Amino acid sequence: MHNIAYYPGCSGQGTSTEYDRSTRAICQALDIALTDVEDWSCCGSSPAHTVNHVLSAALSARNLAQVEAMGMTRVATPCPSCLSNLRTATHKMKDPDFQSKANALLDTPYRNTVDVQSVLQVLAEHVDPEYIKSKVVNPLTGIKIACYYGCIMNRPPALMQFDHHENPMAMDNLMAAIGAEVVPFPLKVECCGASFGIPRGDIVHKLSGKLLDAGRRLGADCFVTACPLCQMNLDLRQGQINDALHENFKIPIFYYTQLLGYALGLDRAELGFEKLCVDPRRALGKIKQPAQTR
Amino acid sequence: MRIGVFICHCGSNIAGTVDCPSVAATALTYPDVVFSTDTMYACSEPGQDAIIQAVKEKNLDGVVVASCTPRMHEQTFRRAVERAGLNRYMFEMANIREHVSWIGKTKDLNTNKAAELVRMAVEKLRRNRPLFAKRFETVKRVLVIGGGVAGIQAALDCADGGQEVVLVEREQSIGGKMAKLDKTFPTVDCSSCVLGPKMVDIAQHPNITLYTCSEVESVGGYVGNFQVTIRKKATYVDWSKCTGCGLCVEKCPSRKHPDTFNEGLCTAPSINIPFPQAIPKKAAINAASCIMLTKGKCGVCAKVCPVKCIDFEQKDELVTVDVGAVVVATGYDLFDWHKYPQYGEGRYKDVITSMQYERLLSASGPTGGHIKRPSDGKEPKNVVFIQCVGSRDRSVNRPYCSGFCCMYTAKQAILTKDHVPDSQSFVFYMDIRSPGKMYDEFTRRAMEEYGAQYVRGRVSMIYPQDDKLIVRGADTLAGTQVEVPADLVVLAVGAESARGAVQLGEKLRVAPDQYGFFVESHPKLKPVETNTAGVFLAGACQGPKDIPASVGQGSAAASKVLGLLSKKELESDPAVSRVNPGRCVGCGKCVQTCPFGAIKMIEDRFGNPKAEVIDTVCQGCGICTVTCPQGAIQLEHFTDNQILAEVNALCPPKMFANFE
Repeated sequence: MHNIAYYPGCSGQGTSTEYDRSTRAICQALDIALTDVEDWSCCGSSPAHTVNHVLSAALSARNLAQVEAMGMTRVATPCPSCLSNLRTATHKMKDPDFQSKANALLDTPYRNTVDVQSVLQVLAEHVDPEYIKSKVVNPLTGIKIACYYGCIMNRPPALMQFDHHENPMAMDNLMAAIGAEVVPFPLKVECCGASFGIPRGDIVHKLSGKLLDAGRRLGADCFVTACPLCQMNLDLRQGQINDALHENFKIPIFYYTQLLGYALGLDRAELGFEKLCVDPRRALGKIKQPAQTR
Repeated sequence: MRIGVFICHCGSNIAGTVDCPSVAATALTYPDVVFSTDTMYACSEPGQDAIIQAVKEKNLDGVVVASCTPRMHEQTFRRAVERAGLNRYMFEMANIREHVSWIGKTKDLNTNKAAELVRMAVEKLRRNRPLFAKRFETVKRVLVIGGGVAGIQAALDCADGGQEVVLVEREQSIGGKMAKLDKTFPTVDCSSCVLGPKMVDIAQHPNITLYTCSEVESVGGYVGNFQVTIRKKATYVDWSKCTGCGLCVEKCPSRKHPDTFNEGLCTAPSINIPFPQAIPKKAAINAASCIMLTKGKCGVCAKVCPVKCIDFEQKDELVTVDVGAVVVATGYDLFDWHKYPQYGEGRYKDVITSMQYERLLSASGPTGGHIKRPSDGKEPKNVVFIQCVGSRDRSVNRPYCSGFCCMYTAKQAILTKDHVPDSQSFVFYMDIRSPGKMYDEFTRRAMEEYGAQYVRGRVSMIYPQDDKLIVRGADTLAGTQVEVPADLVVLAVGAESARGAVQLGEKLRVAPDQYGFFVESHPKLKPVETNTAGVFLAGACQGPKDIPASVGQGSAAASKVLGLLSKKELESDPAVSRVNPGRCVGCGKCVQTCPFGAIKMIEDRFGNPKAEVIDTVCQGCGICTVTCPQGAIQLEHFTDNQILAEVNALCPPKMFANFE
């Protein structure tokens, strides 16, 4: 039984509630006890560090200090952007000078004792794949998946220290373990356009369109992602992309946790497939029914 | 004793930050110093003449020169004092350039330090005694290690000069990297046509003994008298009988291991002759993949061999030879590009190295000289070359330029157009480095006549799309990102030191630099000498080099060997260890610690065990002197008393302070 502090992040409360819910559901099913960080607040997200690095680190460190107050040493977050901010704060505060500046902004100083990981890293490094396999009730046989990690889950490598920064395999291995056919998707860590969706939609249309095109060429039935922003750009904006590029993509974009939950036979209500914009039913229909129901 | 001191200005090299006249004046106050002066260039002819004149006029019996490093001019000044009629060991040198003027900026402190170094030299010189070199004969035979083009050239030149040559090559055939090349720049002439005759000369020269599939096991001795043990690795074929008919190669049923001569582009039979022009043209068995040697049954080669030369029982053999000099020509290896994740780490079959591309271009290569890409055998139309893969990149600890990649990439772009006229080459480069006769003209031809598109920038990723590889990079001249759909990507991999170079260097006492290339004696003036007398360097083992430079160094090393061995006798350095039998208790510790085996135990006339130094083997390292519990063994010219005198000169004992 793993006991880990859990930092949901703001998108988990809004645009990616299905990511948050399915993450909690699969962790429960895999005996990972998540305890929410008490009174958690924004990690600083993209705006803070564009203005002030000390402020950005302090916003993240406040949450990490909360983890320390809970008497815990490991915190996991589903969101790569939160992960990046929390880890950057931890890294920068190794410098005593910087640490005192950031702590000056906080009521409770952060002592830098917390290890920050993504939920994906917890699953990849601390859960035996054989154990996951043993829990599978609906193997994903028959569905072809492109695993898309996004640009910051593994990069910069010296900071993230997880998997491979050009060719990560954690999600590929996880999806293969639950029976899916994983296509050799070459653009795993390419940019989706990120927050340019608002000021410069054309950039997202071009970059995300390229990802969808590469997935389609490989015959992928769907994508899985681990990032709320990637998922939003590929899923919510897929219609815009189709309009802009005169394309006709209909590729559902799952969170990896949703398909993992599906394979583990969890309650569909917890997985939130209904929240997806691109209808996932055709892709899910590719999954062969398990033997016992035949 | 009457000592003369000469403080050299070395132009402004020393005088710029050291007050030389003041150092000379201070030196005059040191014990036994009767003459002291400063001089503009002590090493120049007038400078040396002044030393000789002073010795004669002032009746000096010892000389100190404070100037540059002894590595530079100790021999020069020793010869000068000898011409003045003194023993050459009645001379000391203080290094006030490398150790003072070049490293310190404050003139007062520098002047003070220079004076102290002179004081140390004077104190040592006061305890010097004349030493006399012994003479010994040299073995008129030379060992050449490595049978690439540099080693081949060195071996042929030495052999033509009348010396016996032993050529040792690790691989099955000589020829090295050059034998794998299709054409050579900038003339685009056939590599094996140029090299082939030289390889045949090696085989046929009466003065040359060739050992291939062999490595140097150990090296003992010293200049003029090296003892070398060579390990002839088992080939499981009796080469005295093998005719190279190739019947066994045809019939061998085990053909799965990668063909190293063809850079792994195809597989090779377990018994093989690597290429048609191989010298010696003999078959050898790869023990790791041979069915007979791994599983104990098969033996097809033995059955078909018309001369019955297969011997599965063959063992490694050790051969010992005496040589007077050694030429190291061990070449280089190619950088392992898999360290770069952005090129796919081997996931994409159509990303190959430049050397693999040479084999695809070569008529004797796996595709018979037709360019076929590895994945599906199709002829590529768009070929992308990426330069500086493992060169000029600190992130992979290869900050140096490999020097020849710009040229061979241009050559390969030209050959691509020759082979596939409707093809288009793209070259991603950082800078074009083509200094050399007809070199820059050559790269221009690739661009202007053969239409290769040169893109200045690095490649950030390669990814597959359908049956193409998309190469994404920066075009830093246009300030934009470019993506090129490629059918084949060729990585211009850089050079790194040959595997095993560092270990070989240890055996030969030749130091490698931080990248494993051997260090020459002087970067400008002694490019093929090493700091171990009698051991010379040729070719890319000293640093990346193209063919003309390697051949030039092969000949240069050979001329050094011929010069050395043309002397009937050599003088040994008398600065060797000496045992005082009265103090020696015969414990034998020095015998155990001597790294050169230069000390043996003898019995004196009363039957007591005593140590004795073999003069010609001793290298004067001094390890024995610090090992001896009795202080019975002393290094001539560097005795304990001499070194302690130097220490005392620097830090005078303060005992008298207690009696104030």
